[in-house]
Amino acid sequence: MSGRSERVRGKLSYAEAIREALDIAMDRDERVVLMGEDIGVYGGAFQVTGDLFGKYGPERVIDTPISELGGAGVAIGAAMTGLRPVFEFQFSDFAALAMEQIVNQAAKLRYMLGGAVSVPVVMRFPAGSGTGAAAQHSQSIEAWLGHVPGLKVVQPSTPEDAKGLLLSAIEDPDPVMIFEHKLLYKTKGHVPRGHYETPIGEAALRRIGHSLTIVATSIMARKSLSAAEELARQGIHADVIDLRSIRPIDRETVLASVRKTGRLMCVYEGVKTLGIGAEISAMVAESDAFDFLEAPIVRLGGAECPIPYNPELEKSVVPQEPDILEAARNLVQGRI
Amino acid sequence: MASSNMPYAVRAYERRRLADALRKMILIRKFEEAAEASYMRGLIHGTMHLSIGQEASAVGSCMSLEERDKITSTHRGHGHCLARGADLGRMFAEFFGKETGYCRGRGGSMHIADVERGNLGANGIVGGGLPIAVGSALSAKRLGTGAVTVCFFGDGANNEGAFHESLNMAAIWKLPVVFVCENNLYGMSMSTDRSTAVGNISERAAAYSMPGATVDGNDFSAVAEAVDAAVARARAGEGPSLVENMTYRLRGHSRSDRNRYRTKQEIDDWAKRDPITRLFGMLVSHGVMAEGDMAELDGDAARKIDDALAFAASSPDPKVEEAAFYVYAGSGAR
Ligand SMILES: Cc1ncc(C[n+]2csc(CCOP(=O)(O)OP(=O)(O)O)c2C)c(N)n1
Ligand SMILES: [Mg+2]
Repeated sequence: MSGRSERVRGKLSYAEAIREALDIAMDRDERVVLMGEDIGVYGGAFQVTGDLFGKYGPERVIDTPISELGGAGVAIGAAMTGLRPVFEFQFSDFAALAMEQIVNQAAKLRYMLGGAVSVPVVMRFPAGSGTGAAAQHSQSIEAWLGHVPGLKVVQPSTPEDAKGLLLSAIEDPDPVMIFEHKLLYKTKGHVPRGHYETPIGEAALRRIGHSLTIVATSIMARKSLSAAEELARQGIHADVIDLRSIRPIDRETVLASVRKTGRLMCVYEGVKTLGIGAEISAMVAESDAFDFLEAPIVRLGGAECPIPYNPELEKSVVPQEPDILEAARNLVQGRI
Repeated sequence: MASSNMPYAVRAYERRRLADALRKMILIRKFEEAAEASYMRGLIHGTMHLSIGQEASAVGSCMSLEERDKITSTHRGHGHCLARGADLGRMFAEFFGKETGYCRGRGGSMHIADVERGNLGANGIVGGGLPIAVGSALSAKRLGTGAVTVCFFGDGANNEGAFHESLNMAAIWKLPVVFVCENNLYGMSMSTDRSTAVGNISERAAAYSMPGATVDGNDFSAVAEAVDAAVARARAGEGPSLVENMTYRLRGHSRSDRNRYRTKQEIDDWAKRDPITRLFGMLVSHGVMAEGDMAELDGDAARKIDDALAFAASSPDPKVEEAAFYVYAGSGAR
């Protein structure tokens, strides 16, 4: 390779960044294997594993039958006994079929056995709505898994974090669940070369302001950032925190921002009730940051219904950029 | 007797029913071709799974079903829905996400089902319909309705735990359910040789002490013969059966499939075993139809499709304010 192409490269898509992370991890560590449905010659339902099958072959890029409970469990058992499996669910919705192994086994084995075992498994979940795939292929279920001690749960929103969080997850001695919003796969961004780790449990302050704090996850972090640009033109300056990890949650970054701005808005795609916003709000309410609040907390989350097929209905049930704009304006102008 | 050389279907059904079966198979084909065309023109969002090439399995498996009987369907369910006599206009309307669609625009291609005609749902979860079919058979037995449930599922679904748990319960409780596996050789990219430990999925019936049969799923008569026998057995209170229809999907798994896991040769070979051409040929050779009838059947189907498309196109979208209707009882009209 020429020196120039070594130094300069174009942006990578989120999917490409994940593939690069998998490639690097497989190259440096023989124990890393990939498992999932149609991840081999097909390249994955969202073309994330792509040509890794060609490079590493069927012994390390393992197509499973359509057996989510069994497949996830096999990955867990292999993780306990020396492999580093990265298991791809075709859609995050199918985690419902594997809940037993994820929640009762992966999350609890270390604890139940008094610390005698480790379950260094990584599971990847294509998540979210916006593709017209309707109720059983569009959910945002990260909060379900976020409720389980023993698991770590992350939601990268940029290609750089998609790669760095995956590389961290593979090194992590505990089970890490990675939720990847399907609409992010084609988004592009700068991605550092080589091996690096984005720490699990650290939020990213993506934009600095003083009028309000927006805490957002996954694709909502992007939407919130874009809304914040418009808000800035209108004289409203938001701190935008991309939470990145919902278990563990970066408490300090959120509280520090709220102490500064005095206003909090949470934006997430999962169903609003009993969701991530409830946790963030409670965290603030239980802390000294509560004393700094100048207005009630606002949550923007998914509607209390499954994801509908009709495109207009589908858009209407998850927060969109105009919703974020309007809610932020109302919050800052004291209209709530 | 000469009649014993005749195919089962010609012996078992009146001419009118045979013609009706062929008409349904043609309608399924044309529905899906029109759906595909709408997709290509960007009129649909989301995905769709076409059953082009599998029409004999859908229609042949429903021949002895009565009004009270039930089916459970799959993500590849347009054929099952039409086999039970669903309305084309409401199917297209659902495809276009309209309020007049079978699911009021909430479900889309993957969930189109005419519940009034006994279809308990086209399911987006592989294997999702199997336990539901067993539940339907349990209630039929308990309530004494005499209804039989036909449970459609793919070869890929036979590796889900739900398949094994369902067959076992159906067998221990001797329930009136017929498991119809539409084995089109692949679950997405994975061939059954790679995914499944047995050669024929019907062999798995033995593990649950029920009869199992594998038939040529592109031969309408063979499908009807096997499933009719299984339905009769269920109706008589003798318990469940497993029928495996060997067939092939001529299109990709869904729109994004690049067909990397199979050869063009294989697809071409299966196209030569087209179930519609075969049924028509059989009907002509047994004097049920004449060569010239095909043009009329085609024309008739094309007109129905045009009318249905027009109905769907002119139908209203659901109202955004009503997005959360039908989550619980008591919300929305029904
Ligand atoms: C539980 C679950 N796992 C995976 C999928 C994704 N998926 C949809 S259809 C399909 C293949 C199903 O194969 P098969 O049962 O043979 O039916 P076919 O598509 O061949 O008709 C897969 C993997 C799903 N919808 N549900
Ligand atoms: Mg199949």
